[in-house]
Amino acid sequence: MNLALAPETLARWQFGITTVYHFLFVPLTISLSAITAGFETAWVRTSKEKYFHATKFWGKLFLINIAMGVVTGIVQEFQFGMNWSDYSRFVGDVFGAPLAMEALIAFFFESTFIGLWIFGWDKLPKKLHCACIWIVSIGTILSAYFILAANSWMQHPVGYTIDPHTHKARLDSIWAVLTQNTTQVQMLHTMTASFLTGAAFVVGIASFHLWKAKRKQAAGEPTDAKKIGVMRSSLRTGLVLAVIFGLGTAISGDTLGKVMFEQQPMKMAAAEALWDTQAPAPFSVFAIGDVAKGHNSVELSIPGLLSFLSHSNFHQAVPGINNVAKMEAAKAAIDLPLARHDGNPKDYIPNIFVTFWGFRLMIGFGMSSFVAGLIGLWTTRRRHWLAPEHRTGDEEVPRLMLTPNREMSTFFTKWSWRISLLTMGFPLIANSFGWIFTEMGRQPWVVYGLMKTRSAVSPGVSQAEVIISMSVFTVLYAILAVVEVRLMARYAKAGPNVEEQPPAEDPRFGGPYGGAGGTVSEESGKPMAFAY
Amino acid sequence: MHLHDVWFVLIAVVWTGYFFLEGFDFGIGILTKLLARDETERRILINTIGPVWDGNEVWLLTAGGATFAAFPDWYATLFSGFYLPLLLILVCLIVRGVAFEYRAKRDDERWKRNWEHAIFWASLLPAFLWGVAFANIVRGVPIDAAKNFTGSVLDLLNPYALLGGVVTLVLFTFHGSVFAALKTLGEIRARARSLAAVLGLVTTGVASVFLLWTQVHSGNGRSLGALVLAIAALVLAVVFNRLGREGWAFTYSGVTIAAVVAMLFLALFPDVMPSTTDPAWSLTVSNASSSPYTLTIMTWVAGFMTPVVLVYQAWTYWVFRRRIGAHHIPGTH
Ligand code: HDD
Ligand code: HEM
Ligand code: HEM
Repeated sequence: MNLALAPETLARWQFGITTVYHFLFVPLTISLSAITAGFETAWVRTSKEKYFHATKFWGKLFLINIAMGVVTGIVQEFQFGMNWSDYSRFVGDVFGAPLAMEALIAFFFESTFIGLWIFGWDKLPKKLHCACIWIVSIGTILSAYFILAANSWMQHPVGYTIDPHTHKARLDSIWAVLTQNTTQVQMLHTMTASFLTGAAFVVGIASFHLWKAKRKQAAGEPTDAKKIGVMRSSLRTGLVLAVIFGLGTAISGDTLGKVMFEQQPMKMAAAEALWDTQAPAPFSVFAIGDVAKGHNSVELSIPGLLSFLSHSNFHQAVPGINNVAKMEAAKAAIDLPLARHDGNPKDYIPNIFVTFWGFRLMIGFGMSSFVAGLIGLWTTRRRHWLAPEHRTGDEEVPRLMLTPNREMSTFFTKWSWRISLLTMGFPLIANSFGWIFTEMGRQPWVVYGLMKTRSAVSPGVSQAEVIISMSVFTVLYAILAVVEVRLMARYAKAGPNVEEQPPAEDPRFGGPYGGAGGTVSEESGKPMAFAY
Repeated sequence: MHLHDVWFVLIAVVWTGYFFLEGFDFGIGILTKLLARDETERRILINTIGPVWDGNEVWLLTAGGATFAAFPDWYATLFSGFYLPLLLILVCLIVRGVAFEYRAKRDDERWKRNWEHAIFWASLLPAFLWGVAFANIVRGVPIDAAKNFTGSVLDLLNPYALLGGVVTLVLFTFHGSVFAALKTLGEIRARARSLAAVLGLVTTGVASVFLLWTQVHSGNGRSLGALVLAIAALVLAVVFNRLGREGWAFTYSGVTIAAVVAMLFLALFPDVMPSTTDPAWSLTVSNASSSPYTLTIMTWVAGFMTPVVLVYQAWTYWVFRRRIGAHHIPGTH
């Protein structure tokens, strides 16, 4: 059979495209909502204008981004039924519950309170308005939690039995699904990765503005001190977050690796392209040659590191791909009637090229943002650690200081600013590769050990239909990507509007058009603070 | 009463919530071309739903999620069976959502015009297609013993279903114009009312035919009650609109939507998707549902969360209760 047209191939491509696309917006939504909420809180508490402008600025970018997250999410909700109907029938009893909870608990929160936040500047008292964005932020985190609980169940099914009559999974314990260690660690890793993503984004845009201001100063042109103040606060916030969450991503990633090794040994072997069991197992940082064949002509490897990632020590054996594949094939043939048993070990091997490189690119791209954050945090430090003549004020572009007395050379300064702009998207790339690794490393299973991907597709949906929908989504998403990136760039470049004044007095609860109690006629009233 | 019966009702309730709320959102989207005469009027209309449309749409996501959780087979058969119409609906919802958010983000005539076309068509098509989909569910579609839809998209385009589509389209547009009359000020408010008067009569006509057809084809005693209620509420909505009692008119156009959804679900029960191939292969509340354990969990979650959601969504409507007129639109005077 022509493999390119196997029914599940198209459905997989479609799912991969739409989901990875959705997940480009998700991490930014999660982190930018919290960052905006943080700035608004700072404004409410200190009444400093720069925090107001920061709130407005990052809030605007957040809104442009969340719009895409929302609309691409709608597709996700229905995709399982459309392309994966046999999967939906098989897991619905278990899997539907977190999805429904996500809508009821998380999506309603986000979507309702975001409306209040966008339009409520002149209608809600400051504190209440600020609470709205916090609720949105909590909503985004909750929605991630429920969907990750569902995904974790696919990685490691728990709390179910297979119904002897219907041969479908039946939920025994929702608690087990919502709290199993896979869910916890996956949540932790995804959240830290999301915040690293937002941090790098903020650092990149702030660097762009600060560097521009610096060049203007050098050219003797006027600069806007307030704008610089906003961007300086943003830069420092972003750098601190990048370091904290970069570290958090690495630690949670390491924990996740251990969980994964225990639950899906094949994925660990595939991540490393480790064909045969080794003790101690090395970790190759880099390899040239066909990893999929198992012969790496040039390789740079760290002895024992894979053992460490799997076991926390440097010598224990890590089983290889061939060994695990034999085990899985034997197991599926014996006691998993539903998994359409194939005894052939080679059917149990995921795409090694993708898993090997996906894993490395995730770590490489993501961790470079962490390193950049660390360097940035050191070089832009203030006050105490600098000789007095090098200290810069709150509304000045920071100098990049290597030691208390030594500034970076102009050449390196220039490149540091540029690099932080260029790398602002790195964690996004890391996220995509992380997911591609996670999902493709689980193949041929859609639910690990229980159901194969090829048995999961919709039997009633024709190839033509899948081709149509895949093309439609791909084209539509490509167009929207262009629109969104341009819009985002436009607003990011414009920078904060520092002319805008915070509301003179705290809006009263009765509404903007007059006193409390609605005594004022409807015909009067000021223009809305925000309107579409 | 079994838990799966409770969930059948709950799902009907969620769809009712969706059509009630997004019904006027769709209507407003359509009115941006039918009613609004200039940029300011278009903005007035869009801003009447600005703060709430996203929250309204989550009712659809809840309907999807709840169907998945409570009736996995229904979810699977419905969305794989109605593949292409659903695809079209999804595309519309994507474009529409982005259009609301992005339209005002640039001060460029062409940019705005393009998004306005998007708002109009992406409101009109789903308003029509949902009717087609639900009419087909009630009428029955070819389903085999393995619960898979075996027909083609042409089977879905039968006269009864197309009429159902027209009904939801005009009903939502009517509901939207009543809502516009309720939420706007000035000249546009009067025009919204006259448009509602016309649309109300058209809706009464087509809805009566469709509902009677439904009653004859798949009705029963209970659905007859809902039918009578639907028509009565529709007439009252028209009358109150004439009298200029906008709040009542909106209440009754809402009741009409609820009664229409109720009628369709009552005509359906205890099936959830009747099979025209062999009635024995129909999906029913019992053979398509989840296990009692899952249903129990979901009942707790829904029982606790639904009132909370209703309270804060209602509160949002209260916060944004004021009418909008030209002088509230920033940058126009
Ligand atoms: C900024 C993004 C980012 C960065 C820097 C990292 N990761 Fe990651 N990783 C993700 C973003 C991500 C992700 C996209 O969020 C994934 C996909 C599924 C998941 O839970 O998180 C993921 C998955 C994922 C998995 C697969 C889990 C599974 O299949 O069940 C492992 C083992 C790791 N990561 C390990 C690491 C290690 C050891 C890292 C660094 C030292 C690391 N990750 C950095
Ligand atoms: C959290 C909820 C998620 C669920 C329930 C889920 C479910 C699925 C399903 C049903 C498939 C198709 C079957 C398969 O190929 O195994 C799939 C594949 C895939 N998913 Fe996920 N997924 C989730 C999250 C994600 C995310 C967030 C991403 C990426 C950003 C992602 C990336 C992919 C990719 C790339 C594939 C294609 C892999 C392949 O088929 O080779 N998934 N997932
Ligand atoms: C593949 C399974 C997935 C499904 C079915 C899904 C579903 C959805 C839906 C329907 C929305 C729109 C909600 C709205 O209208 O407000 C959405 C948005 C969102 N999703 Fe996903 N999603 C999936 C994957 C993920 C993953 C893996 C994460 C996080 C780890 C995630 C986190 C979010 C977040 C934070 C939003 C926020 C955007 C918003 O506010 O709506 N989603 N998702």
